[in-house]
Amino acid sequence: MEYILIIISAVFVSNIVLNQFLGICPFIGVSSKVETAIGMTGAVTFVMVIATLVTYLIYQSVLIPLGIVYMQTITFILVIASLVQLVEIILKKISPPLYQALGIFLPLITTNCAVLGVAVLAVQKDFGLLESTVFAIGNAIGFGLALITFSGIREQLDLLNVPSRMKGVPIAFIVAGLMALAFMGFAGIV
Amino acid sequence: MNQWKNFSKGFIKENAVFVLFLGLCPTLGVTTSAINGLGMGLATTFVLVMSNLVVSLVKNLIPDKVRIPAFIVIIASFVTVVELVMRGYVPGLFDALGLFIPLIVVNCVVLGRAEAFASKNTIWSSLVDGAGMGLGFTMALTVLGAVRELLGSGAFFGMKLISGDAMLLFILPPGAFLALGYLLVLANMIKEKTS
Repeated sequence: MEYILIIISAVFVSNIVLNQFLGICPFIGVSSKVETAIGMTGAVTFVMVIATLVTYLIYQSVLIPLGIVYMQTITFILVIASLVQLVEIILKKISPPLYQALGIFLPLITTNCAVLGVAVLAVQKDFGLLESTVFAIGNAIGFGLALITFSGIREQLDLLNVPSRMKGVPIAFIVAGLMALAFMGFAGIV
Repeated sequence: MNQWKNFSKGFIKENAVFVLFLGLCPTLGVTTSAINGLGMGLATTFVLVMSNLVVSLVKNLIPDKVRIPAFIVIIASFVTVVELVMRGYVPGLFDALGLFIPLIVVNCVVLGRAEAFASKNTIWSSLVDGAGMGLGFTMALTVLGAVRELLGSGAFFGMKLISGDAMLLFILPPGAFLALGYLLVLANMIKEKTS
């Protein structure tokens, strides 16, 4: 039950994109087509879950015993950067089709603040190993939900006659604002 | 290169937020008030100037293949410095900015300038570029923060201008997206007028 609550709260109530403002760059940058949005979601889910798991283990078994918690930021970003490289190499070897699909998105993920953000949040919230993993999965689903829905809306938006000054990014932000407003309706369910 | 041009491009022509759409997470996340925007902007500016400086100093020592991880380590070190200094001297602001302080590491503006400018230019130009881009970013965050604070809580830099409730929506998450969207429309209108 506790795990279900973590997932619902991560997906709907405090959605990582629309409520926490993490991962806005890919949210605006790669959301013009549903297909690329799905690819990005896959890559982010993959990296986010593994990264949260690995950073949790490193935080608990290296940083705390050595008393160097202040090295958290440097350690986490290095772990994420090398993890992305590793995932890329492994994926290339064992699953070329998946690599083809996710390939171009992987390098972008190093600077996706959602991945580092979730890793830091999981530590801040004092989650255990299983809770952290569930939290990462929930946030990845939330990211995918926001990104894919938003890209669907943007595809439709291309067909509309938007005033020239609002074309492109400005109207995208206003749409995102309305989506965030809708997501506020979930507040209080957990 | 004309250093004044190099400095001032970060404000209007290549403004990180309004023109390049970089560093949007802190832009939306911390601008519930003008002072938060200003604090976040200045913290980012410090990291940007210092990382530009160090990157341009060591640009010939770093092999091309590992340059991105090397840049990230340099940036992360300065972010840790900012974190410790802010926790010590401005704990209130540190708490208000929260998660977004460590996240300066993954701010695309910082890595973007290291890669696109500091790794190719002289120390002095890189310093000026970092300061210009950083202060331009600070300006954008302060403007957005001021607009949201004014509409959302009827105050300006913490001074209450109207009594009672204002449009609370603007300091809630949806307001961040809406305010930035309309500011971008305004920026486009100004661009059309001047060109």
